[in-house]
Amino acid sequence: MQLDPKIPEGPIAEKWDRAKFQLKLVNPANKRKYSVIVVGSGLAGASAAATLAELGYGVDCFCYQDSPRRAHSIAAQGGINASKNYQNDGDSDFRLFYDTIKGGDYRSREANVYRLAQLSGNIIDQCVAQGVPFAREYGGLLANRSFGGAQVSRTFYARGQTGQQLLLGAYSALSRQIGLGNVKMHTRTEMLDLVVTDGRARGIVVRDMLSGEVRSHAADAVILATGGYSNVFYLSTNAKGCNVTAAFRAYKRGAAFANPCYTQIHPTCIPVTGEHQSKLTLMSESLRNDGRIWVPKEAGDRRPPGEIPPEDRDYYLERRYPSFGNLVPRDVASRAAKKVCDEGRGVGETGLGVYLDFQTAMERLGEDAIRDKYGNLFHMYEKITAEDPYEVPMRIFPALHYTMGGLWVDYNLESTVAGLFVLGEANFSDHGANRLGASALMQGLADGYFVAPMTVGDFLARAGKSSLSTDSGDFKAAQTEVNEKIKKLLSIKGERTADSFHRELGKILWEHCGMARNAEGLSKALEQIPRLREEFWGNLKVLPGRNDQVNQTLERAGRVADFLEFAEVMVTDALSREESCGGHFREEHQTEEGEARRDDERFAHVAAWEFAGVGKPPVLHKEQLTFHEVSLTQRSYK
Amino acid sequence: MKFTLKVWRQTANPKDTGRFRTYEASDISPDTSFLEMLDIVNERLIERGDDPIAFDHDCREGICGTCGCVVNGFAHGHQEGTTLCQLHMRSFDDGQIIWIEPWRARAFPVITDLMVDRSAFDRIIQAGGFISIRTGSPPDGNAIPIPKDDADLAFEAAACIGCGACVASCPNASAMLFVSAKITQLGLVPQGQPERWDRVRTMVAAMEEAGFGACTNNGECEAACPKEIPMDLIARLNRDLACSLLKK
Repeated sequence: MQLDPKIPEGPIAEKWDRAKFQLKLVNPANKRKYSVIVVGSGLAGASAAATLAELGYGVDCFCYQDSPRRAHSIAAQGGINASKNYQNDGDSDFRLFYDTIKGGDYRSREANVYRLAQLSGNIIDQCVAQGVPFAREYGGLLANRSFGGAQVSRTFYARGQTGQQLLLGAYSALSRQIGLGNVKMHTRTEMLDLVVTDGRARGIVVRDMLSGEVRSHAADAVILATGGYSNVFYLSTNAKGCNVTAAFRAYKRGAAFANPCYTQIHPTCIPVTGEHQSKLTLMSESLRNDGRIWVPKEAGDRRPPGEIPPEDRDYYLERRYPSFGNLVPRDVASRAAKKVCDEGRGVGETGLGVYLDFQTAMERLGEDAIRDKYGNLFHMYEKITAEDPYEVPMRIFPALHYTMGGLWVDYNLESTVAGLFVLGEANFSDHGANRLGASALMQGLADGYFVAPMTVGDFLARAGKSSLSTDSGDFKAAQTEVNEKIKKLLSIKGERTADSFHRELGKILWEHCGMARNAEGLSKALEQIPRLREEFWGNLKVLPGRNDQVNQTLERAGRVADFLEFAEVMVTDALSREESCGGHFREEHQTEEGEARRDDERFAHVAAWEFAGVGKPPVLHKEQLTFHEVSLTQRSYK
Repeated sequence: MKFTLKVWRQTANPKDTGRFRTYEASDISPDTSFLEMLDIVNERLIERGDDPIAFDHDCREGICGTCGCVVNGFAHGHQEGTTLCQLHMRSFDDGQIIWIEPWRARAFPVITDLMVDRSAFDRIIQAGGFISIRTGSPPDGNAIPIPKDDADLAFEAAACIGCGACVASCPNASAMLFVSAKITQLGLVPQGQPERWDRVRTMVAAMEEAGFGACTNNGECEAACPKEIPMDLIARLNRDLACSLLKK
């Protein structure tokens, strides 16, 4: 396998312009002869499908939800970054690029990140023109706020629902193309395999989730915009339906999977209350502006928070990081919370939680000021926990939130399979080992609106039509494989539900491949996962014999089966990366103060894993990262 | 806690007219959400070899609009401004009987059990719920100043999650609140003006074609809306529709 990142020549600020000039074009009259499949209808998928259709290509778009408007991009809260410099506070493309590279702990590709910064302003213009109701100032101009990891105000937002508004913008553009007949939308349809012939992606195999029908779709290029894999941990802030299946099937057909161990754990989520819990809810990072995080000094102190006097409290972030205090980055705050809970000082019934206390801020600013700033979040917290955060401190705990790893792509967002493009969270390209807040929306839309429509056109102009119908042998074979697998899942007739396997997998990963990892634990996970997978295939219970109508147990079982295989690749990657960087913290590699220690000599590379066959360990390929524009430094928040 | 559930069951067979079935939900923690309670009941049904209850859900944080059932006669349950996934069992009484039904409207045919087909909403948006702008051709974001009050109201309207509770709670199964939210959002901003009068006509036509009923100012939609979208927006829709017909 060759990893050619195809980074264009020239100074970094000119690379994208040069690339666009060198990319081949398809004559406007010929575009309609080409067909493109887009899997996923979130920010990246919907924007790509709409834009490709506007250009004149024939597009088929697929999503598992009942409508493209429901993709999980909709749940993003905080905002979207853009280097508009509307605030005149010294922002520039280069500054956004620099913050993103540094925030990613120097594990992303410079050229991609610079392009992202360059395109960020166009995204805002595009969304405003679509009617996205961004927050505005009294003069009618766009408002901005500040976010973690940056010293300028460059985040555009629509209250706490920025993802919703941007997704509905992309959905409206997509809907317009569906109405015009340029996009055919396939809802409640799940991609179950990728068809590759002679090294080129030819189409996909899908299952209709209402009728159970398994069928194939051929196209001249395939785009995956299928999101991240946080749900491998069972509990995460992702939607229940988010899964790794499409990306993982592509991996098994030859697409390399890059940096799967880079997972982001968000420090401020509402803690788990019990076994019944199905998902975790995020509380915006902005709360850490006024909230103070603490736990009791003594392990086992079960007094209610109001009865613990100040001298018995440990404001551990303020103590350990006096200059950044409660505003240290996500990865640092998460690890610190885990540490105090491991010491037995966690709070709440489960002992897995820390206090986020607004008492000091309310004394200083008054309760009304706090209500003005955070009223809706306090309300949401109360709805879920039945506790009033104006009276008692909030309890929070870290949770899986985003995955920086994903399918490997070159500068053109093309994977190691020709004609297979990967966009948004599903690829690995822009966030390195840690994503900054308000950058996921930016990346999804940059990929979908501006990058893929150019680079997919170039591929079609060079490679020509695929001319392989769904009657061909490879399509038939893939369809048979999918059918066999479904039949197998339906025939096991064991004792345990798919959810119970999923929960157990999640616990293994959270314990050994979560906020802190070490060789011993990861090796243990590598023994436990195959055992669990074996039990799954011998003792699974789904609703038997029903594949001709809705069978939600079967859908879940298929996804859990892929998580059980994927988890092994993720843990293998975590074990082989013997350094700490961003969201990947190896306990063996830390400074004396307990901070992450990178190893740029040995690990300044992208780890891309190639599928080597069933039952065989994946093969590692390395893409060396070279830095011309920034110098690598150790992050410090003391 | 313990509950008796009366759940609507209906197979995909078009001849099946459906029926209520009774299930016991025992050992439920008060911290469980409504959908997690259904998860637990389903898990037990699967273990017994019974057919689990099919229902739609996804984000479970009240924003995707996928979930929704009529619970004891209320769309999304009795709690105001709350989607079904954010409703918690502590707001019910121990031992209570809970009736659970799908959205009922001609334009939302039942697929199976509690799942309905809401693609009519997508067709309404496809008919005109957008601003026709090509990717790559917009002016600078700050070239179009918008008064803050207009932008704020446009945002309130745009908060609609397309769940269909307004239709399910309306005695006429009208989709006026849903349509008015989009008409209001796009009608308040300068970018939306060129297509304003066509938009209202095509969206209302698509709404009627899908089989939604007419609005009789009942107000149930506003009460049921989990995002608390006010029904004044329907007046805006009616005004725009009247203007567009006069202009024609």
